[in-house]
Amino acid sequence: MSLHKLSLVELHKKFTAGEVTATEIVGAYFLRISQVEPKVKAFVTQSKDAAYGQAEALDQKLKVWRKTYPLTGMPLAVKDNICTDGVPTTCSSRMLQNFVPPYDATVVSRLRSQEYILVGKTNLDEFAMGSSTENSAFGPSRNPWNLHCVPGGSSGGSAAAVAAEECVAALGSDTGGSIRQPAAFCGVVGLKPTYGRVSRYGLVAFASSLDQIGPITRNVSDAALLLQVIAGHDPMDSTSVDCSVPDYLKALQKRDLKSMRVGVPVEFFTEGLDPEVEQAVRGAIGELKQLGAEVKEIRLPRTDAAVAVYYVIATAEASSNLARFDGVKFGFRAKETKDLLDLYMKTRQEGFGPEVKRRIMLGAYVLSAGYYDAYYGKAQAVRTLVCQDFDAAFKEVDLIVTPATPTPAFRLGEKSEDPLQMYLSDIFTISVNLAGLPAIALPCGFTRAGLPIGLQLIGRAFEEDTMLRAAHAYEQSTQWWTKRAVLR
Amino acid sequence: MNITQQDVEKVAQLARLAVTADEKETFAKQLTQILTHVDKLKQYDTTGIEPTATVTGQVNVFREDLVRSSLPVDKALMNAPERESDGFVVPKIIEER
Repeated sequence: MSLHKLSLVELHKKFTAGEVTATEIVGAYFLRISQVEPKVKAFVTQSKDAAYGQAEALDQKLKVWRKTYPLTGMPLAVKDNICTDGVPTTCSSRMLQNFVPPYDATVVSRLRSQEYILVGKTNLDEFAMGSSTENSAFGPSRNPWNLHCVPGGSSGGSAAAVAAEECVAALGSDTGGSIRQPAAFCGVVGLKPTYGRVSRYGLVAFASSLDQIGPITRNVSDAALLLQVIAGHDPMDSTSVDCSVPDYLKALQKRDLKSMRVGVPVEFFTEGLDPEVEQAVRGAIGELKQLGAEVKEIRLPRTDAAVAVYYVIATAEASSNLARFDGVKFGFRAKETKDLLDLYMKTRQEGFGPEVKRRIMLGAYVLSAGYYDAYYGKAQAVRTLVCQDFDAAFKEVDLIVTPATPTPAFRLGEKSEDPLQMYLSDIFTISVNLAGLPAIALPCGFTRAGLPIGLQLIGRAFEEDTMLRAAHAYEQSTQWWTKRAVLR
Repeated sequence: MNITQQDVEKVAQLARLAVTADEKETFAKQLTQILTHVDKLKQYDTTGIEPTATVTGQVNVFREDLVRSSLPVDKALMNAPERESDGFVVPKIIEER
């Protein structure tokens, strides 16, 4: 079996047993990349030379002392809005095209301390703003299941790279669904941790009260393993929460879902839900019942408000966060400007793409004098109502199950001229970020046209273990994850 | 909600973004469309509801005030669009009378 076909857990087992060297792993992956990357375009930067160098050094070291960590020698990709010391981090923006971070994000230093191998940095919608990677300044990535379709976004490069077997697993970031929606579109597993579970230090900020970094993997065990490494308190991120991290792999051992109460929110099964998606998700709910879960209908009445709340709060935070791109300390600077104000205005005009500008302006508008209370204040209050809906639901159930997206992957160009339609494609993932909850997307079937369909499980805050356990039990009883994209 | 091209111009100025005439037209149309969607928030009664700024309930996280190493000057300056010795170069900001 080709090495690139193995899951993270399987590959690591082979590697620790000494059946394969790090150099062989890296060789297999870069061969695979050379074959499929021209079609998929998942990467902004590939770090081939560094990867070979690291692999050779690792193989030498292991000859003398065979000590490995769970990620030693594992070829991973990192979304290009997560800082990597010495490796360009562009956010798929002209603004940061030549930016080389002088430090590692905390998640990256954790991977590095486990001797992982960085394959490359993956494409995204510029500054993580989008749902298709079409907003990348360097061109869109493609969906490995159908190259005419988008891989989703904003972590579309990471999801496409995992689905096309260009890396064994990847990191993404999720502000409104940016891990789960592309995972669903690409038929892989994507996990957004509870807000505060994983450090955001070194993640280029989009909306600070919503952003989280999380794993995108081939299966649930791989997601548990990768989450284990990146989870935990970090003094460098004051919003990361200081509470103990359970053993996620151990949580997977229990295979039945007896005594687990699972809620199905009626609001997620209304107009706009693709019939094939609904059928697959209903099937998955039936499977959860078979596994012993007690399934009941619940209500999340304020679901309909989530997209509106999100596009006020996220853009307000973005307009503030992106003020740092002023052409002075790092990043792009416009040429031939007449004074400081002109330098700011032109640098930002030339450095940012249309979606980023649109969101900065929307954010500046909702925060501006005369509109602050009507928009920003109102959205924050309705955010409280959205949180209250989840609080009430989690008194009755332990887990919520929904479709991850209303439709399967759409075609390139289908929504790129209509920002509101694009925003509404995140309708099932957004409320989870507003409430700061953990959620996972995993494959639950395919459309007749062969596109993956994603299931979403939402857990209580800091109960990723329960969510992973249910996801794993479902995955193992269905085996959807074993089906792989055939690139043509 | 109707966003005019003048509104776009004003907000672009606040956001320090230069915009072309074409952009003004497009953004006015798109922002109107998005804010019309956002107007549905008015349906929700929020009397007496506290706003949510962050979900974890953490406030004022303090750390020990200790001296520790920071980014060396050269690394801090390595991405500067323009630098001179140990500083960033910016256009003159004090105007002559």
